[in-house]
Amino acid sequence: MKYLLALLLGILTGGLLAIAIVVFNPLAAAPALSPVEASDNDLIVLNYSGVAEDALVHTNDGESSVKPQPARVQQLWEPAVRQTDLTVTLLSDARNEPAGLGIKFASWSESTKLLSGQVMVDSLWYVYMPERGSFVVGQQENRFEYFRDIVLPAHWSSSDSWKGQWRGNLTSGPGSLGTGVVAGGSGEFADLRSAAIETLTARAYSTESGPVAAEGQLTIEVPGEPVPGEPATDLADTASPADASAPVAATETP
Amino acid sequence: MPRFNVFKTFIAGLLLGIAIVGGVLYTVPVVNQHREASIISVRTNGGNAEIFRISVPMDRILLGAAGDAAAVPPGLEWPDDVLFDDLNAEVFKLRNARDAVVGVASRVAASRADGGVLIEWVLHVPARGSAYVTMRPEALEGGYRSGDLRHGTREFLSLNGTMTERWVPARQREGGDETGAAGQGQIELEVLFVAEDRPNEQSSNEARPDE
Repeated sequence: MKYLLALLLGILTGGLLAIAIVVFNPLAAAPALSPVEASDNDLIVLNYSGVAEDALVHTNDGESSVKPQPARVQQLWEPAVRQTDLTVTLLSDARNEPAGLGIKFASWSESTKLLSGQVMVDSLWYVYMPERGSFVVGQQENRFEYFRDIVLPAHWSSSDSWKGQWRGNLTSGPGSLGTGVVAGGSGEFADLRSAAIETLTARAYSTESGPVAAEGQLTIEVPGEPVPGEPATDLADTASPADASAPVAATETP
Repeated sequence: MPRFNVFKTFIAGLLLGIAIVGGVLYTVPVVNQHREASIISVRTNGGNAEIFRISVPMDRILLGAAGDAAAVPPGLEWPDDVLFDDLNAEVFKLRNARDAVVGVASRVAASRADGGVLIEWVLHVPARGSAYVTMRPEALEGGYRSGDLRHGTREFLSLNGTMTERWVPARQREGGDETGAAGQGQIELEVLFVAEDRPNEQSSNEARPDE
């Protein structure tokens, strides 16, 4: 009997130990600085509120802690879209002036592997900037650190909430340097092929309503005209092999 | 000695517990997106054709435009900034030819800085990826409008091709005559995608002389 108890106790301890190793895996940490932020090229920085209530529209399956906004918006309850979040939000520039409209499609990814610290989301931003043009940012996000540092502590807390200061890079691909792929559509961005990252700054989270105080930021690299005689070394070259031969846009500093 | 054996059993259990959790996390998928069977036909000149449909107003998630009293959803606070005066944004649920919801799609129409019109679609199918399509503003014969795939992710990444949109009004009976019901019908999207290694550099709206 004591052997059976020892075995069960061992299995339980081992299981908990394995979960702890997965959750606190130090090898799963994302790099603190993204190559886009360290780029010499011009950057377009677009800010948005990370709180669903501040969005023009936010919808999901209706069962998430983040409630759809406005309350009477259609919910994505059908099986094929149940694991998808849709957000339509205003984007503002560095001076907090309206700069455009952003539509974000985000679906939980089947490439999620908890064992290697990957809580993956396939997302795509459509960005329309009046009088300038439009583009999309396709990316894979890894929300492992967000869950580990914010969501889990909020659930463990007796107040069912988390407060602090957290800033993380959500984008983890598909670019080899952990950047998303930018593809221009119209206007001054028509021929744009570059890289982007999305970061999130969170200060408060509630298990009942999701992010309470959070700001998101899209940083898009805008390659300038190449200097004659120098090879172009923008990050778009690493973003996607299919985009490697695409023309580089000549755009002005935002 | 028996105490040592109990300890060895505990250690064996510990390793077993780690192995069980590791094995479960490795083999059991955490996310499993629902897939509807694709309904794709192969064209004689190459490429695959697929039809998506949107039932209006049933599938409309968002209709946002300046001064639009019929904004969807109710309670939508559309920005009144002059920047967005000529912007019309719509988001829909996307259905396949069997009328099953397979994704979501957005359609944005606005005036361009050069005086032209911008009409762009994003089709997002969670189990497959996303496609970004820019449309030519002029309507073709038969009420069609066509456009080009500008960018795709995942399954659509290596594809190239075109898409057409068409408004099919719903029919209703009024005094024995069949007429179109105002604001009700289907948006029919037909995509013709073909795998290609290189991106379509001729697909830029800016490069088209007919605009």
